[in-house]
Amino acid sequence: MVSAVTALDPRLGAARAAAAAVRDPELPMLTLADLGVLREVRVGEDGVTAVLTPTYTGCPALAEMRADVAAALREAGFGEGQVHVETQLSPAWSTDDITAEGRRRLVEAGIAPPGAAPKRAAGPVPLTLGPTRSAVVHCPHCGSADTEETSRFGATACKALRRCRACREPFEQVKEI
Amino acid sequence: MSSDDDHVYLSLAEGHGDDARWAFGTGFEDPLHGVDTTLPEDVEAGAHAAFCLALADDALVAAQRLAQWITLAPELEEEVALANIGLDLLGQARLLYARAGQAEGAGRDEDALAYFRDPAEFRNVILAELPNGDFAHSMVKLLLLSSWRLAQLTRLAEHPDPVLAAVARKGVSELTYHRDHAAQWAIRLGDGTEESARRMREALAELWPYRAELYAAAPETRDEVEAVLAQVLDAARLEAPAETPVSMGRGRDGQHTEHLAELLAELQSVARADPEATW
Repeated sequence: MVSAVTALDPRLGAARAAAAAVRDPELPMLTLADLGVLREVRVGEDGVTAVLTPTYTGCPALAEMRADVAAALREAGFGEGQVHVETQLSPAWSTDDITAEGRRRLVEAGIAPPGAAPKRAAGPVPLTLGPTRSAVVHCPHCGSADTEETSRFGATACKALRRCRACREPFEQVKEI
Repeated sequence: MSSDDDHVYLSLAEGHGDDARWAFGTGFEDPLHGVDTTLPEDVEAGAHAAFCLALADDALVAAQRLAQWITLAPELEEEVALANIGLDLLGQARLLYARAGQAEGAGRDEDALAYFRDPAEFRNVILAELPNGDFAHSMVKLLLLSSWRLAQLTRLAEHPDPVLAAVARKGVSELTYHRDHAAQWAIRLGDGTEESARRMREALAELWPYRAELYAAAPETRDEVEAVLAQVLDAARLEAPAETPVSMGRGRDGQHTEHLAELLAELQSVARADPEATW
């Protein structure tokens, strides 16, 4: 529920815009809003609070995101002691949270966007013994669907390595989680 | 890439007062920063601290072993994979240490728990601390440990402590990748050349008995883990070794091999050399 104070606070729009425009340190073509890690921005009597969720538990970029968001909010006019950045662990981030705009920007940068995240049924997680779990991944360079996974782990925790059999170019894919 | 894009790191270094730090620098050490950390009344604090600590120790020690493959893995992609798996586990360890410290209430943070406890105070299972051996040994270890941890985290996702439940839920997606990775290697090596299959058989024979400690620590995981292992061995054309009881200490009681002391000496040396250091 949006409180009357929050809804009327003229600073909210500026705060939202400032936090949403911060870029991801590892995928700088994406803003935190594109990536879907900015859960909430609220303005109240104690200043402004931005709520972030981590992508991977061990992602070293989270501390930088936090610092960048705090810096952006101070630049937007919130004073010392008025800027708070909270972490929200639940519900966990999923690559499904990446926006359509974010997916477009990934392709533009030569990175294939993730497919739909695997749906977790109750009970034990099934094994995947085949070489790939993604259905069809299109090459971000030539658009071909004839691509193969070369490694499920890439230069950052969130990406896998693939190769296009049509244009022969290697590329990265944000892997589904 | 536009010039804006290049400046993400630079803008940090240019300085934003106290926030101008690299990852994990001073002021950003608490991985549960800004999370509501109230412990539910029906969770007993002392037991919960010990429980989180053991889960964290398993992850930290396993992560350190994986990191030791860097520069030594059979191919670059594999090195990156093992480093990523270790990084996931390190991330889990940080959150779990922070949670253990809060539940304990004695003012110990993640660094105090990771860097300033001696081997006998560690509660990781023995399997995690065993040396890497050859690549087949490491993949069998990863298969056993990740299958077991995934089975634990799947259950802990429903834990009454919302922080542990959230860490576990996130860990499930991570561990799913780790286990698949180890399983795929087990098949590639087991159903590979004569030499790779021989090495897998040796690794299995040596490490198979350590399952006993895993199931003693988390009995509810046994059926699930055994089913997964059977499925992998079958696809890898490998046979489960005969059950031969091995005399070993119990890591959960602080009884460890000499390998843990060696591992911790390296892991803790920098922090202990200058305990007051900040960066």
